[in-house]
Amino acid sequence: METINYQNFRIDAENICVDYNGKVALYDANLKLKPGQICGLVGMNGAGKTTFFNALTGFVNISKGKIRINGESVRSAQKDQTIAYVPQNEGIDSQFPISVWDVVMMGRYGSMNIFRCPRESDVQAVKDAIERVDLTNHLSTPIGNLSGGQRKRTFLARAIAQRASILLLDEPFSGVDIRTEKLISELFIQFKNEGKTILLSTHDMIHVREFCDLVLLINKTVVAYGETSEVFTPENITTTFGGISPDFLFGPES
Amino acid sequence: MELCSFLTLDSFITDPLTHDFMRKALLMSSLVAAVCGLLSSYLTLKGWALMGDAVSHSVMPGVVVAYALGLPFSLGAFIFGVGSVALIGFIKQKSRVKEDTVIGLVFTGFFALGIVLVSKIKSNIDLHSILFGSPLGISLSDVKQTIFISLLVVILLSIFRKDLMLYCFDPRHAKTVGINVFFLHYLLLTCLSLAAVVGLQSVGIILVVAMLITPGATAYLLTDKFDNMTVISVLSAIISSLIGIYVSFWFDLETGGSIVLAQTFIFLFAFLFAPRYGIFKLKKLFVGYKS
Repeated sequence: METINYQNFRIDAENICVDYNGKVALYDANLKLKPGQICGLVGMNGAGKTTFFNALTGFVNISKGKIRINGESVRSAQKDQTIAYVPQNEGIDSQFPISVWDVVMMGRYGSMNIFRCPRESDVQAVKDAIERVDLTNHLSTPIGNLSGGQRKRTFLARAIAQRASILLLDEPFSGVDIRTEKLISELFIQFKNEGKTILLSTHDMIHVREFCDLVLLINKTVVAYGETSEVFTPENITTTFGGISPDFLFGPES
Repeated sequence: MELCSFLTLDSFITDPLTHDFMRKALLMSSLVAAVCGLLSSYLTLKGWALMGDAVSHSVMPGVVVAYALGLPFSLGAFIFGVGSVALIGFIKQKSRVKEDTVIGLVFTGFFALGIVLVSKIKSNIDLHSILFGSPLGISLSDVKQTIFISLLVVILLSIFRKDLMLYCFDPRHAKTVGINVFFLHYLLLTCLSLAAVVGLQSVGIILVVAMLITPGATAYLLTDKFDNMTVISVLSAIISSLIGIYVSFWFDLETGGSIVLAQTFIFLFAFLFAPRYGIFKLKKLFVGYKS
């Protein structure tokens, strides 16, 4: 694996714009991330967080700008399994008749043959990934029978099994139990040491301060971007959330 | 009714088999049911019931035009089936009208066109058999077509089984790891059109959507494993076809309607008594009884 000595940026998005049938969802957005960096993506609902993810994974086409992943196009990043996307719990059909094992195995599909027959190495990768998220006792459990936290860990395991160097996580901490939250934060530290790049969206300001080296505040475009300690200021947050004061957003516990 | 003639279950089953048309009908309908049942798992999980309805109705003008021109009717049906989906996509993208409205609008338009064409084109088209199916009067050329199309669909669905499952479950992940989602989308639509074409011989255009969704819905209530779901779906579809044809033979009922009603009853049974998801949860009753 090409990790720490990588010269270029892992993610290099320049002036990207995305519109859906003429309706602008994101414009002039920039983001540069290096290996081993964790970046928080913060914004209101409809501010373009999911659109940003979709653009990076190639799920939507950008109408302007340029995206380079490890110095190459999004298309070749897809072919190389470079990016893993961990969906929001609400973003998946939890009643789909599929087991934990099968979901995690989907992380290997991109590197299998056309019939998606698992090789020994695929089986091992899936086993290891499931062990890392502590779901070994639930291999054949249908995802519908899992708790929110277990389901989140299943999709994290899929990203691990994929061996992606970039992880995009949509609201990784929403609707999870304390145990899962602790496990995810431990995994983040491991991922960072492995040189993976992480971009995560979150509503929770405390998690941003706790985990993120960098923060990207967006509201249809970039409001502020930089080191969390410098950029994550009450003024910037207020601007991002359309004038709502951060006291309100941080909630009573902070 | 010659009620005494099937006093034994044996003669109930074997008597119809002495007729050539019945043997053919039972075989063909089972094949068609298997194909539709196989596809049904994907359609119910993908939420494409309305799409199935749209495609199956939209093939009507294709069938009529193909008959009039002396072409294989499956060709005409296929073109109009896929065409209707393309048109739905186009109108949805270019207007502010909501998707379900566009689907309803397009397929009724196509269906109406088909009915008007039948009344205008003087030919030996039997409107009744198109609308309600005619498994008992299936011709040799229809048999060949049905076998060919069925094999094609089964082969396609088998090769891309796992990809299609992923596409139904999480298309975003599929795209992220470089799987061609565009191709899978149209593959599923193609199979849907082809299955609608073979299905309409059994139960007719109006009811073919039942063949495409009911077995899948039944299986969905009975299992949490995708592979089991396909097996159950196919089996329940085949059993319904056999029951429907036998019942229609003995009681002189419309065959297509009987097949679909049999499917509906199997669904209702699952709805009420499925071990985990049924209203009465049979398993719990049994467990309670044992302990």
